[in-house]
Amino acid sequence: MANVMVVTSGKGGVGKTTSTAALGAALAQAGQNVVVIDFDVGLRNLDLVLGAERRVVYDFINVINGDAKLSQALIRDKRLDTLSLLPASQTRDKDALSDDGVARVISELREKFDWVICDSPAGIERGASHAMRHADLAVVITNPEVSSVRDSDRIIGLLDSKTEKAEKGGRVDKHLLITRYDPARAATGEMLKIEDILEILSIPLLGVIPESPEVLRASNLGTPVTLSNALSAPARAYVDASKRLRGETIPIAMPTERRNLLGRWFSRRAA
Amino acid sequence: MNNPVPRASAFSFKGKSFVAYVLTPEPPIRDWLGALDGWLARSPAFFVRRPVLLDGSKMNPTLAELEELLAELSKRDIRILGIDGVDDAVVAAGMPPLVTGGRDRQEVGYAERSAAKPQKASSLVIEKSVRSGQSIAHLEGDVTVLGPVASGAEIMAGGSIHIYGALRGRVIAGSTGDTRARIFCQKLDAELVAISGFYRSADAIDEGLRGRPVQAWLEGDAIKIAALS
Repeated sequence: MANVMVVTSGKGGVGKTTSTAALGAALAQAGQNVVVIDFDVGLRNLDLVLGAERRVVYDFINVINGDAKLSQALIRDKRLDTLSLLPASQTRDKDALSDDGVARVISELREKFDWVICDSPAGIERGASHAMRHADLAVVITNPEVSSVRDSDRIIGLLDSKTEKAEKGGRVDKHLLITRYDPARAATGEMLKIEDILEILSIPLLGVIPESPEVLRASNLGTPVTLSNALSAPARAYVDASKRLRGETIPIAMPTERRNLLGRWFSRRAA
Repeated sequence: MNNPVPRASAFSFKGKSFVAYVLTPEPPIRDWLGALDGWLARSPAFFVRRPVLLDGSKMNPTLAELEELLAELSKRDIRILGIDGVDDAVVAAGMPPLVTGGRDRQEVGYAERSAAKPQKASSLVIEKSVRSGQSIAHLEGDVTVLGPVASGAEIMAGGSIHIYGALRGRVIAGSTGDTRARIFCQKLDAELVAISGFYRSADAIDEGLRGRPVQAWLEGDAIKIAALS
């Protein structure tokens, strides 16, 4: 039985699409059958981040409206054949999503894949509520910054009330993924510390992704960061997070300020 | 000279219909007010936010009697939307307007109440944290939260509010007028604290109390906050 996972945050621009691609690719590399769905109708980005933007023929809305079959709309990744993408429409908007349309597509995908990852749009309206509706578990993306934390808290409240699972008396498992974490700035108090975020949000920590130029580089190349530079700090953090999603217990490696050896020797100019 | 022709006004309005509750006082008014008090004791917030009309046909009030009655109702937090069944002469400026032409609905008040759950003071216990954006309203009594109340969340209680956790949101105690209501929390970081209509925003809360377990209560028209030892 497939796991339906929603990647959400409330706040925009914190790393939902980046994390969906990175986690999806990491799970696919580990042999799981993964489909990632872009729920951001009208402002689609997941296809760009995966480098599939020139192969989009049919999209999510076409499948909902019956203009295309699911197999025609799904785009298989060229690098990982266990990873597929269901892109969003760019010309429509979120009102084109319908409750039974989404339900139908998700149940069809449940039968074909091990993981159905829903990339939620920002906000708390239709797009976000459709993305979270059928979730079994949720990954809440948060930047170590006050507005992001408050918006994440709001979305956690909605996960406990607006999902099918919650309405039936169950509970959606929630995991916190902190992104763009900079340990130096957290130490000086410019950024919230991990313990502070956990105290406010009180959900289990899935991982901490350090701030890194690798993420932007990967996204411009149209590759998930776990594939473009697998040894980089964010890629390793995402891979660890994907392992934790599958039940492995891996201690969270706190990103520390890293300076390479040369940086330490030549850190100060002589007068 | 040409005078510019004024454009037709863009003003427009629409109609809306409500079901209003109609109070029909019968003399002796003292007894009628006593019966009303009995009702309010059982259902304290019954008339809050409901449209209420006054039908004076059984009372035939003079201007002074009507003014006194409106004052008595106002003391009980009942605002009258309109007055029916009295002479034009009796309604003074500043009183609710005369309304006519309403359609009767069958006895709504008592039947509804007996079908509803008993309105005695009850306590609401919330066993998890209250998240941002969630709004808890429990006008019938105390509210107890076993967890933190997040920034952007709101709790409104007719009685006291007890928070076994950090308070980062808004709390409104004694919302139906109970001035003895108190607010307790384990860690004060509230956005707003209010008791029975009086409020204190985060700005006005002493810095020394922030982050500590406190209780808040009303003394006269001032909210007092003190640390719990």
